[in-house]
Amino acid sequence: MSAAKMVSITVDGANVQVREGATLLDALRAHGVDTPTLCFLENLTPVNACRVCVVELQGARTLVPSCSRKAEEGMVVHTDSERVRHARKTVFELLGSSVDLSNCGPDVKRWSERYGAEPARFGPPAAPAPEGARDHAHPGHHHAPAGDVAQNVAQPVKVDNDLFVRDYSRCILCYKCVEACGEDAQNTFAIAVAGRGFDARISTEFAAPLTDSACVFCGNCIGVCPTGALVPKREFDLREAGTYDESRQTVTTTICTYCGVGCNLELHVQDNTIFKVTSPLDHDVTNGHLCIKGRFGFEFVQVREGARDSAREKSGGRKD
Amino acid sequence: MFGAGGGTSSYREVENADVILLWGSNAREAHPIFFHHVLKGIRNGAKLYVVDPRRTTSAQWADLWVGLDVGTDIALSNTIAREMIASGLVHREFIAKGTSGFDAYRESVEPWTLERGEKVTGVPAATIRELAHAWGNAKHGQMCWTLGITEHHNAVDNVLSLINLALLGGHVGRPDAGIQPLRGQNNVQGGGDMGAIPNKLTGFQDIEKDAAARAKFEAVYGVPIRPQYGFTLTQMFEAMEHGTMKCVWVIGENPAQSEADGQRCRKLLSGLDTLVVSDVVMTATAELADVVFPASAAWCETEGTVTSSERRVQRVRKALDAPAGARDDVAIIADLARRLGFDWGDVTPEQLWEELRTLSPMHAGMSWKRLEALGGIQWPCPDETSAGSSYLHARLWDDDPAKRGVLAPFSVLEHAGPVDEITPEYPLLLTTGRRLDSYNTGVSTRAYASPIRRDHPLYLSPEDAAALSLAEGEHVRVTSRRGSIVTEVAVDHGLRPGLAFMTLHAPDKADANVLTIDATDPKAGTAEFKASAIRVEKCSPVAAGGI
Repeated sequence: MSAAKMVSITVDGANVQVREGATLLDALRAHGVDTPTLCFLENLTPVNACRVCVVELQGARTLVPSCSRKAEEGMVVHTDSERVRHARKTVFELLGSSVDLSNCGPDVKRWSERYGAEPARFGPPAAPAPEGARDHAHPGHHHAPAGDVAQNVAQPVKVDNDLFVRDYSRCILCYKCVEACGEDAQNTFAIAVAGRGFDARISTEFAAPLTDSACVFCGNCIGVCPTGALVPKREFDLREAGTYDESRQTVTTTICTYCGVGCNLELHVQDNTIFKVTSPLDHDVTNGHLCIKGRFGFEFVQVREGARDSAREKSGGRKD
Repeated sequence: MFGAGGGTSSYREVENADVILLWGSNAREAHPIFFHHVLKGIRNGAKLYVVDPRRTTSAQWADLWVGLDVGTDIALSNTIAREMIASGLVHREFIAKGTSGFDAYRESVEPWTLERGEKVTGVPAATIRELAHAWGNAKHGQMCWTLGITEHHNAVDNVLSLINLALLGGHVGRPDAGIQPLRGQNNVQGGGDMGAIPNKLTGFQDIEKDAAARAKFEAVYGVPIRPQYGFTLTQMFEAMEHGTMKCVWVIGENPAQSEADGQRCRKLLSGLDTLVVSDVVMTATAELADVVFPASAAWCETEGTVTSSERRVQRVRKALDAPAGARDDVAIIADLARRLGFDWGDVTPEQLWEELRTLSPMHAGMSWKRLEALGGIQWPCPDETSAGSSYLHARLWDDDPAKRGVLAPFSVLEHAGPVDEITPEYPLLLTTGRRLDSYNTGVSTRAYASPIRRDHPLYLSPEDAAALSLAEGEHVRVTSRRGSIVTEVAVDHGLRPGLAFMTLHAPDKADANVLTIDATDPKAGTAEFKASAIRVEKCSPVAAGGI
């Protein structure tokens, strides 16, 4: 194989070399620049939805999303200019005021603080929507809000099956679940973005329960969700009970016990119990995606009782 | 294939193929993540052809579904071959260079005109022609099969018939082209590679013919190895029937429910002097046992390796402590050996692996450390500088005949339909398969709450359901020449008239193996799960309650 052609760009004054075809984000990461991302994932096609990865590209009118913009010879990029900081701050403020980001993990918290996001300045949160109200919101029926409370997407959690729940109070509309369910991986197309503007939401056809939809429960939407809006039922139950404790958790990579494809599984375990299964994004068998058996078919090892009883040799010989 | 029992290419290469042919494989449900690679191939422009009696969820993605009659695979293959040869759509260079037996093969398929093919297979001549021309014109053809090919009384011939087509098109030994048997279980490939087959030592070294290999193993193991093939599973059951096999140790299998003609199987297991079962859960087979060894779950409670369909050896790791009393298979085996007078000490999986790679040349370069570091390696991996092999048999293309070695042989094959005959008394043909959310006899999958589980009905074509005045959910008695069960009816629009379908997933609700036939392939010992003649009669819920 011939050596890949390299491209030379300037990042915050430093010269950075990346191979041809790489994105600006690839270059920033290679150069060690901590760049926020929400809608980007290595195993999905960039959709440019969240805009937190934007950078200033010299000569360009607008800020450019680094996750999808290819590096070109001679580009001059600023990642920490006032304009970039302001854009990122605004995104984290708007998301922080309208969406529950509390299960996002440490990155989002760090970035929000770094850019000085103050979600509270939009006022106290508006009351949550009643069950189903956001599912059926139509465009064009809005009154201007009074401005005394912060509009948000808070709503009851959807629990319509035993495998995973949808907590759309936590949904930032990054589109990752739609992409994973669609062309980027599963090609099942059970979900899409419905509605417009602030009423936009992820929905099954006619907002049907998952059990009445095209969903095949692969959970590949869970695997890509950055905010904990989509979580396995077991993880949800632990969090609800207040017993979810990262200090008691391990993640072990192994191989699925079912068919012969050899999918890598990451078993997330707390108190000797598997509560979540994911797959490494960078493994070329799965690219981070699994089927229903790989993601949820582990329960049989956790319901074994009386193993000790059957260990003893049966005394009466063969049963008749 | 050609001396090594493994797929010739890799999943990732399927994404680069221009023609993908799934033959007797419903990968969308049985190998879903492999099918993701097929979908990428389709997105990259590949044409997908699916050969299957059922219009499966895989077939729904196909450019062309080839709905052949059950058990006519060789007839279809021969017809495709004749059409390719007659139309000049064969890879002359590869046939001349890398194969043997072409002339006899060409003669043998000559009578298989499109018209005759249509008559025998039920596939319209124009459809066969379209498939033949697509495969013949493919630059990078990938062909994959599963149990639709191998669960027949002539399983080996079926496989050889597909290999013939791959050779005709030169789709072997090149990157991005190849043939892949998709393995049904996470270590079927590894089991064979390790020597858990009757005729080979680890690494496909012949136990009868390869004296040097035997000597190598004897030196390390410190025991003589008999130059004698063991029994296939079918032969074992025959030996049980004749009373010459009296003690059986079943490790991680549930033959009482997974074997064809289940009643006979259970009778034979019950008649043994001693039946020992090692398993993770108390299976129906374990219920019959004199001694049960509770085992830890290999994939999440132990350390070790498994090998996937693309020959990739990967590490399994311990994430959970096994329940009290359940032990690692290695420890159980070592303890039993100690009781029998062979003290191996406390062997670890890593030690076993490091020993293995001194004995198996194709694993020689896979140190435990490299398996960890590289996240799996595809055999052959002859030394520690090798990154493993994405595809096999490049040698067949070498200009130097000496380097080409033994050429890939074409096989002359006769069509032979299913053993179980369709008669007025048994007018429907029952075939079996998997559904997406379930697995084999359901021992492991029924423990999780799948919202899409529907694993026990008898599926009928809309036409047959109407002819029998049956609606979804009604109870029926299903009878074959071996036995009879009662279950519910469901309608499947992917079935053609005359064809019925069941899974093996719910033997406690509806045991399809009471119906299946154990006509077996003489070479591989695989049973004809895919073709049983049945009769279906409506029955009252009262009768259903009294199963």
